[in-house]
Amino acid sequence: MTLLLQILLAFGTLSLLAIGGANAVLPEMHRLVVEVHGWMDDATFSQLFALAQAAPGPNILAASVMGWHIAGPAGMAMATIGMLLPAAILAYGMQGLTHRLRGNTWLKPAQFGLVPLAVGLIAGSGVIMAQAAGTNLLSFVIIGVSTVFVWRTKYSPLWVLAGGGALGLLLL
Amino acid sequence: MDKVPGRIELFLGYAKIGLLGFGGVGPWSRHVIVEERKWLSERDYAEVLGLGQILPGPNVGNASVMIGRRFHGLAGSLLATSGLYIGPLCILVILSILYELYGTRPGVAPFMQGVAAAAAGMVIGTAIKMGQNLRPPPELILVGLLAVAGAAFLRLPLPLIVVVLAPLGIWLSLRRSWQRAP
Repeated sequence: MTLLLQILLAFGTLSLLAIGGANAVLPEMHRLVVEVHGWMDDATFSQLFALAQAAPGPNILAASVMGWHIAGPAGMAMATIGMLLPAAILAYGMQGLTHRLRGNTWLKPAQFGLVPLAVGLIAGSGVIMAQAAGTNLLSFVIIGVSTVFVWRTKYSPLWVLAGGGALGLLLL
Repeated sequence: MDKVPGRIELFLGYAKIGLLGFGGVGPWSRHVIVEERKWLSERDYAEVLGLGQILPGPNVGNASVMIGRRFHGLAGSLLATSGLYIGPLCILVILSILYELYGTRPGVAPFMQGVAAAAAGMVIGTAIKMGQNLRPPPELILVGLLAVAGAAFLRLPLPLIVVVLAPLGIWLSLRRSWQRAP
């Protein structure tokens, strides 16, 4: 019970911090789940995140997979509710505010001021994932190729995920 | 002209977005809502998405709450959001069970290691791509780099990073817009 409550609280807090979505909150998720609570180790964390990436749907559902790993179906329910509900309530309220604020000239530049924070946090999560996943030369090659593939092409990232898995299976 | 979706259509449209969204739901959300079903114009959709971006949570998830409310109030928000998450959650349940059952088998760990490395590159590549497309001015690029350093190298707690860098970014961005149009 206490564990489920802890999961709900941990992911509920993350929910309100996740400006920029799952990737932005990844460093904090890692800090809470691995360093603060000790619910899993580094390798499991990056593998579970990869598992969530391989499935369709919003990447924020990485929280659900971690919840399942920590405490089974109930853990998944708590992590998912915690991750989705607080942010959804805010978004619901924001829809009501939209009309009142529309037409203010300061709104769009103010919004754009949050963009570097969001993008910077995405990059930061990528670096943290690379630090956890980069255990040998081949994994650094996969990281590099995948970075360039996603950056320079418009093909589905599913290709590099599958390719990375296949290479790992054959060579690691 | 916008076509107002019925409640069931709203749910089904979002279910499609969730299930097709391999590697992220962003592109599919726009495709289904703007091009395929014409619920919103390109401009309207971009505005909702922009708002979803500054709120915590996934931007597409926030957009589903707002678009749902716009068409059918609270019921619409619940239908759109549950549609978006229900399919992927079912798949994740299956994947989690498989991982628990076979996660320790030989071959699974190297495979997942390879996927994890590719996923790391995918996230870094996405960030570079976004930075490139958005073309922020130099002082905002600096804010972005500070966010990278704080999160990845100093390992500071996210609330601290947000509390310091969000006001800084907003202030720098507003200052630039005032200089441009005094």
